[in-house]
Amino acid sequence: MTELKVNGRTYRVDAEPDTPLLYVLREDLHLNAAKFGCGIGQCGSCTVLVDGAATFSCVTPIIALKGKDIVTLEGLGSIEKPGPMQQAFIAEQSAQCGYCIPGMMMRAQALLQDNPDASEEQIRAQLRPNLCRCGTHMRILRAVRRAALLMQAERKAHPQKDRNARAPRQGPKR
Amino acid sequence: MPAPRGRDLRDERAQGTPDPADDTPVLTRRAVVGGAGALIVSFTFAGAWAQETGVERRRRNENAGPKLPGSLDNDPFLDAWIRVDSQGAVTAFTGKVEFGQGIKTALLQVVAEELEVALEQVKLITADTAATPNEGFTSGSHSVQDSGTALRNAAAQVRDLLIAEAGARFKLPADQLRAENGAVTDAGGRRLTYGEIVAPNLLHVRAQPTSALKSPNDFKLMSRAVQRTDIPGKVTGGVAFVQDLRLPRMLHARIVRPPGYGAKLKSIETGAVEKMPGVVKIIRDGSFLAVVARREFQAIKGMHVLAEAAQWEENAHLPKGSDVETLLSSLTPKDTTIFETKGAADEGGAGASAPSAALPAKSAAIQATYTRPYLSHASIGPSCAVGHFVDGTVTVWTHTQGVYPDRQAIAEMLGFAPEKVRCIHMEGSGCYGHNGADDAAGDAALIAVSMPGQPIRVQWMREQEQAWEPFGPAMMAKVDATLDPAGRIASWNYGVWSNTHSMRPGPAGALLAGQHMTREFPPPVPRPLPQPEGGGDRNAIPLYVLPKAKVVHHFLPDMPLRVSALRSLGAYLNIYSIESFMDELALTAGADPVEFRLKHLEDPRAADVVRKAAEEFGWSTRERGGRGRGCGFAFARYKNLAAYCAIAMQIRVDLESGHISVGRVIAAVDAGQIINPDGVCNQIEGAIVQSLSWTMFESVSFDEARITSLDWARYPIMRFDSVPESVSVHPLDRPGTPFLGCGEAGQGPAAAALANALADATGKRLRDLPLSPKRVKGMLTAAPSSDLKSSATHATPSVRAAV
Repeated sequence: MTELKVNGRTYRVDAEPDTPLLYVLREDLHLNAAKFGCGIGQCGSCTVLVDGAATFSCVTPIIALKGKDIVTLEGLGSIEKPGPMQQAFIAEQSAQCGYCIPGMMMRAQALLQDNPDASEEQIRAQLRPNLCRCGTHMRILRAVRRAALLMQAERKAHPQKDRNARAPRQGPKR
Repeated sequence: MPAPRGRDLRDERAQGTPDPADDTPVLTRRAVVGGAGALIVSFTFAGAWAQETGVERRRRNENAGPKLPGSLDNDPFLDAWIRVDSQGAVTAFTGKVEFGQGIKTALLQVVAEELEVALEQVKLITADTAATPNEGFTSGSHSVQDSGTALRNAAAQVRDLLIAEAGARFKLPADQLRAENGAVTDAGGRRLTYGEIVAPNLLHVRAQPTSALKSPNDFKLMSRAVQRTDIPGKVTGGVAFVQDLRLPRMLHARIVRPPGYGAKLKSIETGAVEKMPGVVKIIRDGSFLAVVARREFQAIKGMHVLAEAAQWEENAHLPKGSDVETLLSSLTPKDTTIFETKGAADEGGAGASAPSAALPAKSAAIQATYTRPYLSHASIGPSCAVGHFVDGTVTVWTHTQGVYPDRQAIAEMLGFAPEKVRCIHMEGSGCYGHNGADDAAGDAALIAVSMPGQPIRVQWMREQEQAWEPFGPAMMAKVDATLDPAGRIASWNYGVWSNTHSMRPGPAGALLAGQHMTREFPPPVPRPLPQPEGGGDRNAIPLYVLPKAKVVHHFLPDMPLRVSALRSLGAYLNIYSIESFMDELALTAGADPVEFRLKHLEDPRAADVVRKAAEEFGWSTRERGGRGRGCGFAFARYKNLAAYCAIAMQIRVDLESGHISVGRVIAAVDAGQIINPDGVCNQIEGAIVQSLSWTMFESVSFDEARITSLDWARYPIMRFDSVPESVSVHPLDRPGTPFLGCGEAGQGPAAAALANALADATGKRLRDLPLSPKRVKGMLTAAPSSDLKSSATHATPSVRAAV
């Protein structure tokens, strides 16, 4: 049994300890957003946050995640109450097939929750590890810029709450 | 603009999960939509048709009467497309599938518009062999033209039937009634909802050849940027893809593929794998090898151990080297002249200013050869399918582009009657043509029938997708042309060399499982796809007015690599070649590239998109090319019968590294009547960026035995550091004109615009794709004198007779 903290809840998972987080999220926790793309950390479709850092869940075994704070796309909001990143992707219609999009959103989230004032250059550099095959890149960039505006507005409205919500930066990076 | 619908994709599990009705031995439409209301009663006849093949159905319909709009001919009864239940809920059926092009939302817009109901009132069922019409494959930018036209006409005719029925009850003629918001009303305020009007058999009537379609002036939903219905679920973790389908007691399978084409499994010791935790079964059938386990990662570990234990006899002999011209020139072509005009006399004066047979004294003749390598579909999510074998019927959830042909292939492979196989489409990662989807469906079916009652999920690994998907074929085009003294094209001679561009199912041998199993179904015989749409010769005939022209398709039946359909088929290379050569001719003629094109275009809609793109780009006032900065332009009408697209772009070339940075990109597109302008923009933006990726980076690599471009390091595609600064798409408004498919229209023009911009920026031209940094650098550092002779790079077109 391995204990994992995902989207604020603690789960006990009966999977072999070398099992990559991706399979546990999908198979045991029935969380669909993180996707299998390459299994070797080259495409980013499996990206989640581990202690605030964008992380390839396809190459991160669960044994390395004890006590870590894991956030998946499902942790950013729901279809009924989408969070800023989700609102932005809906408003900009930033998907074609949509398979890579959850990973894109999580990697963008990692940047913006640290720095909602990120520049265009910083956004492009941040998203470099993630691949999209449909060519939705221009819309993804628009959505991330819109999410940044929404998050800046949120930060202005609730400065204290936001600062507390930010997880400490540690643990494995992508 | 309507608010986002916010429908949770999880709802669609109801559609995708087997229910008791599915276990009935004969699958009928009634079984699938059972209980949906009065109209379903009318389906007594339909069960008998469920076993008909598409060909039989077409034959029957051909005898039945005049041509019906769109795909209505495939299934001429209105209730095959649209049903209304006693509560007024509307269900629409399409044989086409969603793979990211936004077709579900577009079809909902069409149905809701003509039927005068809210978008939310319509439920759309996509391709399912037990529920929907057979519309063949979702390919060739046909969905809006075929299914959109069928559904639009069916919806208009259903609306008029409902109005007529209400008229009978009100004792009023139809023209004194109106349909509005799911009900029919009269001037006096009487109102009957569709649910109140509908009666058994009312809609079980043959479609008519013409319909009273709404005027574009009255559109409330069409021609509007309605938000896509699938996006909210996809950005919040809903069940959106077949990869997300989770059936009770589902097991996980992984395939162990042969190391290369034609390899045979000599021996396998399975003992070690069978003892591994979670492993349930090893499946072996000839050279088809798979492991089934309780957990997904257990299946992956089992796959690795099984692969180590397998002994293969390898037989592949792939062509040495990767020079496309050498490779394709070594294959024996079957030649067909697909277009020929012999001169001004034959044209009836169309090219009156041009010479006929002999060249005038002062003319220029140039020639060039263009190539593209094998390209991978390279879907971000490798192929996946779920199979379930219950009571003699196997159900497969698949991201195939054609549920009916896939069913036919699986049925033949298993030796089943077609009605004992049901294929249900569920979205996968974007495919852009024939990737591993059908093969994965075949894998899931073959494993499922050996494990009755157990749902089996097959997920391919990245390296399996990269090695085994059918690639877009390598191609070559050779063109020579002459200019008359007035700077017009006097003659044009074009040849294109290519394998087939479709090895899709039907036959069991189209599936890898079929080829690898003991019965070893042979791959189907490759055939060229016929004009006017064509395959390797798609868009090989220029839209330009050419007084004397010949176009030959050199079809290559021998296929060293497994190939099939990739987005736009041969159009990508043909448009790239024609549009590059148009710039080379313009340069030779000393003409502006846009002016030169307009001079050879008679189709006013073609001229309109060219002018629109040039105007939005500011072509006439652009910065002149040189010192690594340049602009390029290109145009084509996809298949010469679908959407028109013109693209202008600005680039910067790093003269040290050869890396191209794409700046501003402008596209103009004429897609006929537009259903969803944002959908058109999304498709064209995507086509441009994807085509730039193909054009700058991509090439399948192989050695003499195996494919070697097995991951994203060895098959690099565009990353965010190479995407354009901006892409802006300008759809032209063509209200009331027929739909023109646009999903593939940007592919060719984007490639040629980039190549033309590169030539503008450097004064040199690369003709072999990809225009990779290495090739660009090589071109820039090559000695000017050697350029003329090199087959890979040419500083200027090789000139036979100087002006």
